Amino acid sequence: SLWILSAAGVPCLILLFSLLRAFFWLVSLLLASLIWFISVHLSDQGNARLQYGLLIFGAAVSVLLQEAFRFAYFKLLKKADEGLATISEDGRSPISLKQMAYVSGLSFGIISGVFSVINILADSIGPGIVGIHGDSPYYFITSAFLTMAVVLLHTFWGVIFFDACERRRYWCLGLVVTSHLVTSGLTFLNPWYVASLVPIYIITVCMGVWAFFTAGGSFHNILKCLSCKQEDDSRVMMYSALQVPFED
Amino acid sequence: MITFMNNSDSEDEPCNERTSLMSAESPPVPSYQDGLQASETREAQTHRKRQTGSSRSPNNVADEDASDSDVRVRESALENEEEELTLKYGAKHVIMLFVPVTLCMIVVVATIKSVRFYTEKNGQLIYTPFSEDTPSVGQRLLNSVLNTIIMISVIVVMTVFLVVLYKYRCYKFIHGWLILSSFMLLFLFTYIYLGEVLKTYNVAMDYPTVILIIWNFGAVGMICIHWKGPLQLQQAYLIMISALMALVFIKYLPEWSAWVILGAISIYDLIAVLCPKGPLRMLVETAQERNEPIFPALIYSSAMIWTVGMAKPDMAAKGQSQQTWDAEDGRENHSSTSHLDSQILDTSSPAPSHPIALEEMEEEERGVKLGLGDFIFYSVLVGKAAATPSGDWNTTLACFVAILIGLCLTLLLLAVFKKALPALPISITFGLIFYFSTDNLVRPFMDTLASHQLYI
Repeated sequence: SLWILSAAGVPCLILLFSLLRAFFWLVSLLLASLIWFISVHLSDQGNARLQYGLLIFGAAVSVLLQEAFRFAYFKLLKKADEGLATISEDGRSPISLKQMAYVSGLSFGIISGVFSVINILADSIGPGIVGIHGDSPYYFITSAFLTMAVVLLHTFWGVIFFDACERRRYWCLGLVVTSHLVTSGLTFLNPWYVASLVPIYIITVCMGVWAFFTAGGSFHNILKCLSCKQEDDSRVMMYSALQVPFED
Repeated sequence: MITFMNNSDSEDEPCNERTSLMSAESPPVPSYQDGLQASETREAQTHRKRQTGSSRSPNNVADEDASDSDVRVRESALENEEEELTLKYGAKHVIMLFVPVTLCMIVVVATIKSVRFYTEKNGQLIYTPFSEDTPSVGQRLLNSVLNTIIMISVIVVMTVFLVVLYKYRCYKFIHGWLILSSFMLLFLFTYIYLGEVLKTYNVAMDYPTVILIIWNFGAVGMICIHWKGPLQLQQAYLIMISALMALVFIKYLPEWSAWVILGAISIYDLIAVLCPKGPLRMLVETAQERNEPIFPALIYSSAMIWTVGMAKPDMAAKGQSQQTWDAEDGRENHSSTSHLDSQILDTSSPAPSHPIALEEMEEEERGVKLGLGDFIFYSVLVGKAAATPSGDWNTTLACFVAILIGLCLTLLLLAVFKKALPALPISITFGLIFYFSTDNLVRPFMDTLASHQLYI
């Protein structure tokens, strides 16, 4: 019965799907924080190293849960896609799986980024001095860059993930999950920004290129896009060339 | 304790009857539902189409057979198209409800975060007489439960009173009551709101300007809501009065009482709309029997509805399939202005009262309606989440997403069941779950992560 909501114009569809996606992310975050919370309360609160270790554990669990929910969402979307295809007239669904993958990744990224950054933004309006207790004074700007990287990464991962599930290339899936874990792990190096920001951006660019090729792009496409006008003209000429004999 | 309102019953009233959600749409073909209904309608349609089909073709047996099979193929294609169009319009109305709900919540959250007045404790309503400043947790819980019981019983009494008045056709009384309550909302609460906003931003304004602004705002609002006005202006006013009402609730309801009240009112909504003797259900059914619109001051509708009176109910019964999708194409870019002199065609009647022949209608557009009480309580939930002392935005966002998803699910159920449904239970349940879990579980997690600048 997801079909009922799905059979709409494309903008409505996109909005609804991204909302559903955000909901899935929230649920995964909820479960992860539940696990972390339980583990913290069951353990020794005074031991700082243990707490830090538990935090790492919690972050890793959260990453795995996010990927699991991404997979669940993929399954749901496949079903919806089939439903749409049966309902619509020409047997195709009005929104392609690639578009859905992009939208899904984007909304995942947006909600993840927003959750990470909005409290920081709200605090940044208020009075205060950054880093007065000896932390880095670049906290806000690096947070901004990291959030941007996270959003982009989620988008790219979404595209690659869906394509990998579609074509059953499980090594791609594994690579996506590991790169997510690696990115999250890199943020643990955080006051040492050179070691964390630069590799994260390198990963982002690589993922971007990979996603581009997965979605069917190529150098040829880029060139065609830039010179698309000429191609139309040639087609028009051919058509009018065809027309002339019929008018006799 | 300060009793805040004088005519308190008249403005508590707006929050009672408004908690129901109904579809004003009756799709031409309910055939995407299950089994029996679908086959019935399909047979009925085949029969009708056979009539039209055979009237077109000459009296030839072979031709009739051919036209029959041809008609069946065309019929299934038509059904599919109608189905798709219905679903398309259904989903569009989902989005058309998301926008006002989101706007209302945004207004409430923005006000709560910026204007200090609405988060200060300055007394309580007379409906919640028990204070929560008690030393023990048990006493506090008991007080909040008692407050809830009093509040809910007040709401029940008001609702029953309204339904009784409606049944005995005391329209003047009801209209007077509604006018008085929206008068108070539009003038008094807006004045207070404006005063507080100006105080927060330290803007000086003289009394003549204030009088001018409030007078214009209030007068136009009264006209728009109770008489005629552009649809969007009316929607905007309804959103604003819902937001103002929600702000009042957020200010004057004590902490724990507010949460218990939210839970209790969603249970009440479920009972009132679904039980056969529930007051809201009786209100909706009586309104549908008499083919009258439910009072405009209580319901937000996403589209204008006006029809040709009860001109041709028989034509409505027959002429559904071919004309429906023409009509739907025609009404796509519709905008209309006049509204109260219209009548709703009966949505629950067996004769599908969906658009009639195109040449007759002025224009008709069907939309989904949401009671204003739903707006108010959604905004109360999100506002309370925003008003938590920790100032956490994650909680607010999580509640917002949860409420919208709940609304989505409710609209889905509405499309399946096609009768008035309570809009509060699912959304409020999701909202409450997400509020408490985000506040207690996710917030420490995210805060700890953010303090180490870790990203997940």
